Amino acid sequence: MQAVKIVVTGPFASGKTQFIRTISEIEVVSTERRISTAAERAIKDQTTVAMDFGRITIDKDLVLYLFGTPGQRRFDFMWEILAEGMLGFIVMVDSTRPETFREARNILDTFRRYAQTPFVVAANKQDLEDAWDPEDLRIALRLDGRVKVLPCIATRRDSVKTVVLELLYSILEELSGPQR
Amino acid sequence: MALKGNLRDFNTTQLLNLIHLARKTGTLTVESRNGTARLCFKDGKLIFAALDRQDGRLVDVLIRAGKLQPEQLKGLDLARLQDDKVLGLKLIEAGYVTQQDILNSLRAQMLDVVYRLFSWNEGVFRFEPDLQALQNRIPVPIDLENIIMEGARRLREVERLKEELPDLDIPVRLTSRPEAIRKVQLSAEEWRVISQVNGRNTIEQIMRRLNMDEIQIRRIIYGLLQAGLIELGAPPPATPPPGVPARGPGSGVSRSVVEKLINYFRRL
Repeated sequence: MQAVKIVVTGPFASGKTQFIRTISEIEVVSTERRISTAAERAIKDQTTVAMDFGRITIDKDLVLYLFGTPGQRRFDFMWEILAEGMLGFIVMVDSTRPETFREARNILDTFRRYAQTPFVVAANKQDLEDAWDPEDLRIALRLDGRVKVLPCIATRRDSVKTVVLELLYSILEELSGPQR
Repeated sequence: MALKGNLRDFNTTQLLNLIHLARKTGTLTVESRNGTARLCFKDGKLIFAALDRQDGRLVDVLIRAGKLQPEQLKGLDLARLQDDKVLGLKLIEAGYVTQQDILNSLRAQMLDVVYRLFSWNEGVFRFEPDLQALQNRIPVPIDLENIIMEGARRLREVERLKEELPDLDIPVRLTSRPEAIRKVQLSAEEWRVISQVNGRNTIEQIMRRLNMDEIQIRRIIYGLLQAGLIELGAPPPATPPPGVPARGPGSGVSRSVVEKLINYFRRL
């Protein structure tokens, strides 16, 4: 049985755990703890402190693992471990919280250092009124036109599926030859 | 779609950069303890700006600029002359001002508002895709590149610069959207930096070659980025320990595996 993995990363409360939950065939194994700081508690009650783990069985010979990283910098020692051997990665961004955009850019740069693998950016929470347009997000994150910035609603299966598929297309393109 | 936030997280220079590169049309309103600013844009160009309760009326702008005396207005029925274009024509016909006086005064007033906005570190902003604030006013198109460069030059908070550019070990390249650049006026220092931008040199290498300090290079690179002249490249990979192969694309996974994954998700 061959196992491959995709990493889902991004700032605190960007929707990484939800993204994996929406598509995983197993109940996501989450290492969540109650949040200790008041500022973070105002956004959500619990946060991932080590990783989230989801699984999708493709066939009898192949399984895809989805790993979600903890969002806060104080747990970033986990990031490099999770990035090891990944096929590619997805950067989740909460499109309604511009205060997290700078952090998203920094996380993206950090992961690109860990591995030169393909990635896509998921502009999450596009169903909310205050969501920034993915193309505005591209400029805010200083991403060039070649990077895929995809609209996403992490609670919707079809939306999550599209993001994963777009990443897989990028991986396939990368394997087909030096495109970048 | 909404474009809302706080200058604390996304500052004026970044906002103008976004409006410029996305060639947006609409009105940006910023509310802070310093006041309220309204700026109108068309296709990514600034065309109107007013601060606080001023509605940017031509009469007020010309009087403030010293181009018009209040007594010269006595014969005019200002209540009926709400449209600045009509009023402007009357003032030109009366010989009180020239067309150039009007354009220069409006331009100076708009730049004054934008440059004040650069000093606001906090304030709630929203961008709406309508131009209602422009009703009855004269739009004067101003390219944003030089305003953005000036905004970056005025950024004095070193901490903010470090937040925006935390890592100097990143290569920079010339923009992939040259059509967005028109008439940018660069200082000699900025030209020296541009001359070193080739897609391979990192910010740190450029700093060393030009004998600059970190604050200088961060400010210049930040300005050139915001003005859309350059872009950040991919950060170089972390050096693997001796004997460990660098992790490349796909981590040794074959095409057939990825195709299998794609087929699975297409069917899902």
